[in-house]
Amino acid sequence: MTSVHYRILHDTHYRYAAPVSLAQQLAHLWPRESPWQRCAARELTVSPEPTRRVDGLDVFGNPLTRLAFERPHDELEVCARLDVEVLARPTLRLADSPAWERVAHDLSYSGKPLGAEELEAERYRFQSPYVHIKHGFATFADDCFTAGRPLLLAAQALMRKIFREFTYDAAATQVATPLTQVLEEKRGVCQDFAHLMLACLRSRGLAARYVSGYLLTQPPPGRPRLIGADASHAWVAVWCPRQGWVDFDPTNNLLPALEHITLAWGRDFADVSPLRGVILGGGSHDPEVRVTVMPLAEARSRGI
Amino acid sequence: MRESEGCYPRPTRSLRGPGMHYNRMPTEYPMSDLLAHYRRSDAVYHELLDAKGEVRPHWQQMLGHLRRCTPAQLRQRQALLARQIQENGVTYNVYADPDGADRPWELDLLPNIIPAEEWQELAAGVAQRATLLNGVLADIYGPQRLIADGLLPAELVFGHNNYLWPCQGVQPPGDTWLHVYAVDLARAPDGRWWVTADRTQAPSGAGYALENRQIVSRAFPELYRDLRVQYLAGYFRTLQETLARQAPSDGETPLVVLLTPGRFNETYFEHLYLARQLGYPLVEGSDLTVRDSTVYLKTLDGLKRVHALLRRLDDDFCDPLELRTDSALGVPGLLDAVRQGRVLVANALGSGVLESPGLPGFLPGICERLLGEPLRLPSIASWWCGEPPVFEEALEKLDELLFRAAFPSQQYSPQFGPELDAGQRAELAERIRQRPYAYVGQERPLLSQAPIWHAASARLQTRPIGMRVFAVAGPDGYRVMPGGLTRVAASASATTLSMQRGGASKDTWVLGERHVASEPWQWMRSLGVADVVRSDPYLPSRLVENLFWFGRYCDRCEGTARLLRIMLSRYVDDGDDPDALEAAVAVAEGLGLLPDAKSRAAGKGKDEEDGETEVELTLEQRLLQAVTSKDWPFSLRANLLRMQWAAASVRGRLSRENWQALVELHQEVQGLAQEEADPGELLEFLDRLLMSLAAQSGFALDDMTRDDGWRFLIIGRRIERVQFLAESIAGLLHSPAVHDQAALAWLLELGNSSITYRTRYLAAPQLIPVLDLLLLDGQNPHAVVFQLRQLHRSLEILGERLELGTLPDLKALDERLSTWNLGRLEYNPFHEGIDVAALDALGEMLQDIAAAAGQLSDHLGLRFFVHVDASQQTQSL
Repeated sequence: MTSVHYRILHDTHYRYAAPVSLAQQLAHLWPRESPWQRCAARELTVSPEPTRRVDGLDVFGNPLTRLAFERPHDELEVCARLDVEVLARPTLRLADSPAWERVAHDLSYSGKPLGAEELEAERYRFQSPYVHIKHGFATFADDCFTAGRPLLLAAQALMRKIFREFTYDAAATQVATPLTQVLEEKRGVCQDFAHLMLACLRSRGLAARYVSGYLLTQPPPGRPRLIGADASHAWVAVWCPRQGWVDFDPTNNLLPALEHITLAWGRDFADVSPLRGVILGGGSHDPEVRVTVMPLAEARSRGI
Repeated sequence: MRESEGCYPRPTRSLRGPGMHYNRMPTEYPMSDLLAHYRRSDAVYHELLDAKGEVRPHWQQMLGHLRRCTPAQLRQRQALLARQIQENGVTYNVYADPDGADRPWELDLLPNIIPAEEWQELAAGVAQRATLLNGVLADIYGPQRLIADGLLPAELVFGHNNYLWPCQGVQPPGDTWLHVYAVDLARAPDGRWWVTADRTQAPSGAGYALENRQIVSRAFPELYRDLRVQYLAGYFRTLQETLARQAPSDGETPLVVLLTPGRFNETYFEHLYLARQLGYPLVEGSDLTVRDSTVYLKTLDGLKRVHALLRRLDDDFCDPLELRTDSALGVPGLLDAVRQGRVLVANALGSGVLESPGLPGFLPGICERLLGEPLRLPSIASWWCGEPPVFEEALEKLDELLFRAAFPSQQYSPQFGPELDAGQRAELAERIRQRPYAYVGQERPLLSQAPIWHAASARLQTRPIGMRVFAVAGPDGYRVMPGGLTRVAASASATTLSMQRGGASKDTWVLGERHVASEPWQWMRSLGVADVVRSDPYLPSRLVENLFWFGRYCDRCEGTARLLRIMLSRYVDDGDDPDALEAAVAVAEGLGLLPDAKSRAAGKGKDEEDGETEVELTLEQRLLQAVTSKDWPFSLRANLLRMQWAAASVRGRLSRENWQALVELHQEVQGLAQEEADPGELLEFLDRLLMSLAAQSGFALDDMTRDDGWRFLIIGRRIERVQFLAESIAGLLHSPAVHDQAALAWLLELGNSSITYRTRYLAAPQLIPVLDLLLLDGQNPHAVVFQLRQLHRSLEILGERLELGTLPDLKALDERLSTWNLGRLEYNPFHEGIDVAALDALGEMLQDIAAAAGQLSDHLGLRFFVHVDASQQTQSL
């Protein structure tokens, strides 16, 4: 079976304007295992040394590292170094999926018992902190969800529609920018497009989750790959009774395969943000984030 | 309508007691026609009258009693009620708040009376419902079988914003999710009680029920005794026992705290009241800290482990780390402490999910499944629109039903079908169609009518009522408080009970045999010598921190006001001595108390098109801004507001007079015009302000108990004063005006020492005696050395009980200052009059003193307010 090995460096560096006396951080920086992904090695270097560090799983099954700092510090550096193997996924015939209305109908309450997989899918059908359910999202996708269309084809059409109609613009939005504004201005980044696609799917009663991870990018021809020039990536997965969870990347209009590395999934960004925390003190602070994704062989040859 | 009193056996005692007493006041007629205007209709249930219009047996004794009273007597009792409520407000320091925060509703003189046998059945239904709902929580935060089996829609659980995913799999001690539960009930025309709402998150009202009881039972002491009204004490005792039993105490005496969102919450009075009745410290999120998955209360004595939290904070606000990240009210890390079994939170986090109005419709089926018995208490009929056939039915009844949001996150106010026109109904139907599972249609309950005492007409009137009843988890199941909070609608024709203005409440009297074990609640336990305490064992760090900052801001305002007054008065006296004024301006600039002369102001320059132009401010404009500016963060006004804010946070520690003086000062500041004031007005304001601030130092010295909190207030004042003085004097030492008499005169004024100097020297100010008075005179409360010694002493006293850590060495600074030879500044021909090096050395030492005061402040903050080990602060990263 084909597979690709990657080395990923993900460094987050906070420089606080005033000392932070107490801090607690949650890190989703350990790739979760799946049938198409294995994590061969993982190293998380934290400076200053945390007072406490606990590794475990969150409620969605993602590896989660809890960090506590109980001594004053004015910088925080969290560096993840990951070796991940991504395996090829079985090819899907999108047209083989059931009609989207059928899927939505079967997921909504009827008094009938739910299987384990359906119960799991139910988690991802509703409003979540960043994904509000509004009629506008449903109507935006009307032309994708034509009557009787197989679910996965409809999802693909929605992915394509977002890709075509929206402009990637890192300056247009922030984490807190509401989705309605993204829809109105038709600009944003991968996180916005993923949230928007989730909102469109969930507003129709479908189950869809947010996937956080990385994407291999190619340097311009003839140029070496720059270290730290990559970014975290985000896309979505749609639940389909026959095919299970199927990934769609609306930012790049493609079905993730060997170049997408999954970190974690949840209802939206709030469940899986790579590093989030509560600090006491600190003043204003914007982290410097540097991400590098490269094939393992290249990393070895460059001694990284 | 007139009811003969003979048909109900009365204990003779009650006849004699109040009867004889009241008969001695013959001037007013007795209340025989109490019911003359009492309206009765068949459409609703009447608590007082039966279907034939006769007084129900359990009301006869009360009515008989009322009939023997005169209107004046009843008015007097009503006044007594009002006065006690007022006194409680003063005791708990809430009602007299200048910013509002009144008691949310009135209290009626007459209780709502429920006979014993009726109550038994109702209580059994409430206990069953609490058991059932606890079971639902155990399932949805555990195996989720109810959802998998189709007994409970996933929509109502996972779609609810108070279903907290991070709490999934958390196992609370004793399988108790609901420690307290409240249910809102309405009585249908047939006399049955129906559930209108479940309160599972942080039910409010039990404290008000207790307060109502305390007050109303005193208005009718004999009746209260003779009717054998059941006590409420058992409920609160069970709550205390359950929390103590279930708290993970690891062998320690469990510390339970009551977590409140703070003094701006509309039921803050109840939080205070309950905390005192239950003997729990009342804390806010910022009083608690989580270290190593353990919750601690930050007190002056250090961190004290908290074993259980009775919370009045909403689910998703409780932990900004794992729940709502924008919550400033919660405790970061709380959820993990719960997960690790290190602390009990009551009710369990995430219990608010059961408050959805969509849920009750599924309870009969769930009750059969979980408890194997039918649901005893019916809920009012509801139509959850998530099921297509139910939705269709609800649409047909659109013009009859009340439509509500299934989830609080929708922020959708209920719409009542009959009140909508055709267009609005179509709109409503469309709204529901877009997301059916988020809406519920409900039948409107017909409320029963109860009598209230209407003082103006001296008669009884009818009002719709509903009842909130409480249950608490006990060792062998739920126990229901025999009583509760009866809520009264604002008018006889009202159809809903709103807790907003105009509504009222009643005490609820459940008649019958009292439990042998339950004696009255100990709100008046007599205290003996063994109970005497001389300090607050849980003095919260937040309170001490606010006292500290109150002290600092008081002194900061005083120093700032003095310096501004010096500049303004010299400015007004124009040309008297420009060098002295210049030196004062330089000092003020050095201290950051004057805004820059060059200012960027939008549209104020000559070229208005530019939008933003740089303008040169005159000294007068700068002084005006320094006093009154709302935008410049270092203005006197800004500091006065900070002082006010700190004072409001420690209000419980300030005497009534002190608070009153602060309120007046605040009004004065609010009245200060920003733009127009001329220098003369400003000077007058500063004069009045300095008087008020002097009064504040008087209060601090003679009006407060000298406990550790007070000590921090004084330390705050000293730190501020020594910094201000040392920096001001150092500033003048560096200035060419150092020997200028006028400059030295204002320096004395700044140090409030002009009178002393004049009486001692009877001459114009000169450098050496001025410095001696302001730096070295240990008897001058404004001298630098005085501040150092007082600080040192206060810290010594604190250090007897508290671990202070490594502090800046004040003693060494005192030594350095006291031994500094002012003779070095005497006239010296070799230095052409002034030894500049000596001046610089003195200035440097003063800067060192100011810096040490700053370090001391930071150190105390970290050590006592934040509770981190400050000695680690210097570690390099």
